[in-house]
Amino acid sequence: MAGEANKNVSAKNEPQGFVYLPLIVGWLVPGGGHFLLRKWGRGALLAIAIIGMFVSGLLMQGKLYTNAQDMLDLLGLAGDLGTGLLFFIGKVLNLGPDQVMVTTADYGTKFIVVAGLLNVIAAVDAHNLRTGRKQS
Amino acid sequence: MHPSHFTAVLLFALFASTVFGITQRESPRRMVRYGAYCFTLFVGSAIVISWLMYFIAR
Repeated sequence: MAGEANKNVSAKNEPQGFVYLPLIVGWLVPGGGHFLLRKWGRGALLAIAIIGMFVSGLLMQGKLYTNAQDMLDLLGLAGDLGTGLLFFIGKVLNLGPDQVMVTTADYGTKFIVVAGLLNVIAAVDAHNLRTGRKQS
Repeated sequence: MHPSHFTAVLLFALFASTVFGITQRESPRRMVRYGAYCFTLFVGSAIVISWLMYFIAR
């Protein structure tokens, strides 16, 4: 009897559907994973923070990595890819210079990389909310 | 846009601590507290390390 009740409770707690959807949407669109879970406030704040950081980086003339010549470039490219659609839109619109010429452009490049890393953290948080690993 | 070094630090700390606060804590109250804590540590450590480098350079 008790075993059956436990089975029912665990069946209720099992996440339904495709649990990786918030992770993927959150990676493609900053804050998107939280919007999908109807966490509107958190999603908006995450979107503002991540898009704000990406745009600040571009305004500081930070570059978007395209090809990996060495290990540092490869790490930069991996970080940039974390911004999801923002990176691809930036590449299509040819945003950012090819070469870093001024000090602030170097900061801007780091801003863009960190925006990508923060977006990955936000997407994983949305996934944890979806699976129930994070309660609220 | 050519911000000063300190403005860049403030911008970076603001954005990063916002994401850290939301993702690393569960209740809104604790999110705000943790975000403020991260912001203070980001800016505070930048100031302390800047002064250390100033004295090392002399």
